[in-house]
Amino acid sequence: MKTVFKRTKTLKDCPTHYCPGCGHGIAHRLIAETIDELGIRGRTIGIAPVGCAVLAYDYLDVDMIEVAHGRAPAVATGIKRTNPDMIIFSYQGDGDLASIGAAEILHAAHRGEQITVIFINNAVYGMTSGQMAPTTLLGQITTTTPLGREADSHGHPLQVSELLAVLPGAIYIERCSLHNAAQVRKTKKVIRHAFELQVAGAKGLSLVEVLSPCPAGWRMTPTEAVKWVENEMTKAFPLGRLKG
Amino acid sequence: MAGKIIIDTERCKGCGLCVVSCPQNSIVISEKSNKNGYFPAQPVPSVVEGTNNTDCTGCAMCAVICPEAIIEVQCDDNIGTPLPNKKLKNGNILAIEPEKKSKADLLSLKGGTG
Amino acid sequence: MNERVLMCGNEALAEASILAGVDAYFGYPITPQNEIPAYMARRMPEEGRVFVQSESELAAINMVFGASATGKRAMTTSSSPGISLMQEGISYLAGAQLPAVIVNVMRGGPGLGNIAPSQADYFQATRGGGHGDYRTITLAPSSVQELADSMSLAFDLADEYRMQVMVLADGILGQMMEPVVLETKPRRKLPPKDWALTGAEGREQNIVRSLWLKEGVLEELNNKLQARYRQIEKDEVLCEQYEVETAEIVVIAYGVAARIVRSAVDKAREEGIKVGWIRPITLWPFPTEQISRAADELRIFLTVEMNCGQMLEDVKLAVAGKAPVLFYGRAGGSIPTVEQVLEKIKQLTTKKSVQWTGKS
Repeated sequence: MKTVFKRTKTLKDCPTHYCPGCGHGIAHRLIAETIDELGIRGRTIGIAPVGCAVLAYDYLDVDMIEVAHGRAPAVATGIKRTNPDMIIFSYQGDGDLASIGAAEILHAAHRGEQITVIFINNAVYGMTSGQMAPTTLLGQITTTTPLGREADSHGHPLQVSELLAVLPGAIYIERCSLHNAAQVRKTKKVIRHAFELQVAGAKGLSLVEVLSPCPAGWRMTPTEAVKWVENEMTKAFPLGRLKG
Repeated sequence: MAGKIIIDTERCKGCGLCVVSCPQNSIVISEKSNKNGYFPAQPVPSVVEGTNNTDCTGCAMCAVICPEAIIEVQCDDNIGTPLPNKKLKNGNILAIEPEKKSKADLLSLKGGTG
Repeated sequence: MNERVLMCGNEALAEASILAGVDAYFGYPITPQNEIPAYMARRMPEEGRVFVQSESELAAINMVFGASATGKRAMTTSSSPGISLMQEGISYLAGAQLPAVIVNVMRGGPGLGNIAPSQADYFQATRGGGHGDYRTITLAPSSVQELADSMSLAFDLADEYRMQVMVLADGILGQMMEPVVLETKPRRKLPPKDWALTGAEGREQNIVRSLWLKEGVLEELNNKLQARYRQIEKDEVLCEQYEVETAEIVVIAYGVAARIVRSAVDKAREEGIKVGWIRPITLWPFPTEQISRAADELRIFLTVEMNCGQMLEDVKLAVAGKAPVLFYGRAGGSIPTVEQVLEKIKQLTTKKSVQWTGKS
């Protein structure tokens, strides 16, 4: 018997605080595998957001920095510009990136900062227990949309990947999902490509939008949650490569 | 079968994603909780007499979807090479001659109690 | 550079920062400090250093946060409303213990205010407009030369103590041209930045963070920071004084206001008034001891500021009720004249205003 799948080195072997069925654990693993496969642990700096993944540095064994809500792309700019040979990635949720951090991601992409952004879209504010996010779907019930999101007062769900794809400084944008094992494998390929571009010195920003289940935030079971990603989220956020 | 999974049941949070991901329906939720109060996933007991294997093919879909990364997957070294004379619980025998390469020879089922 | 050149304050501080080894400048346009990003945009690439015009002051302070976390010398400059936007970032820098240098070329406020010089950000600088228990080393130069000299001191203090250093200039200091000598100064003995994010090759990961959820850990960090602040208060106070021993009236002012006070005090002395001045150069740590000692003798204190009375409170704290503390100031970007300050000093010499009733 030989081992065909085991935990990769850069993913620390410890329990996580994430809810059962949360997509963060899967996404963290894919990033860790990418870092190990590319052999870049020694020169990678990761940026943890404010959100459920604020403690990402407890799970990913690379130099990491925890920053203010939404500011990761600006911090990444400061790090990458002064350390161009290091591999810089930010890991952000939908509140962090698309709400309070909207200006920062827009301008980092606009300037073409040579960084990799992993954008975890779970259509809700998870850590603060379930408020509306910019990516919340129409009709979706959250603690701040108890009657469901309405376009008139709340706007439509924000399609970050489409928005950023317009910018010349954004060189690779792809949206993928974690709703089943096949999609997880595809997401791994996308994340790996986004890192490879930075390793190769590509001149521009890569962003991977990952549709992710949030069973606790959506008040669903994990299996219901992945079904909701597959059936509902992919309608509002179509999967596929938007740029690059 | 060719594969085997090892689940760290004390780290499992019982999300059940591996259960629905397994193409062989070889994972179930345990009826006994772990120390954290979760009901962890565990491999389905073997359908092949006299072995510790399940129907697991070592595809690793469970490990790929596991949010806690606590499933290790192992596979027979000679995967792809047919295995000789496995006796199944239902009485059938998976009789395979390793030397023969033709598809017709790969599998012959004999009924009855063997 | 070593020769004496005529430069405006904004450009002088920029060149001085380059000589002090600043690795990265991040900034956003705002009057009256636009000369700084313009100068840096030209000079930093010449020196192979980093310049980024950020999309906002909010982004600029976060870029500083990032660069500093990797062990680089990083700075930003702005003016009052932009510094307001940076308060979150300054609090994060304080919590994460990252060195940083921030220059505030003060203008009139509150709100959009005007572009005239002001000293109305004293509270913001010394009390920390950001959240949490932290202090910011605050330097208050009063000439272009002193402003330039402040930069290498600021970077050294920031690195030595893992602190944020605010250099308070104002619209006058930034814009005025004075002769200045710019030179590379020897650095203090500085500790190695083994906490910096340089890539975890061959070592455990470094984490730069300010969130500490476990019981008691954040308290421990706060206590550690407070101990550091006590050390700084002991060792890093800078202030200048003139004729305090022979004075019955002591005028306290900083920055540009101190220059006006100096002229007024000279004129008052010519008229035989026994007046002196104390000029704090570090606003935090404040020269509490020097002022307290001066208050041991029978004296009156007059604080002169270009605001509605902010350093006044620190002077009152230092005097601790031993003597009257009065105030004269102009607000909203207006500048006191030498005559106005002289007039106020003269008022204090009349017996009536000297009666100590316990109130100022």
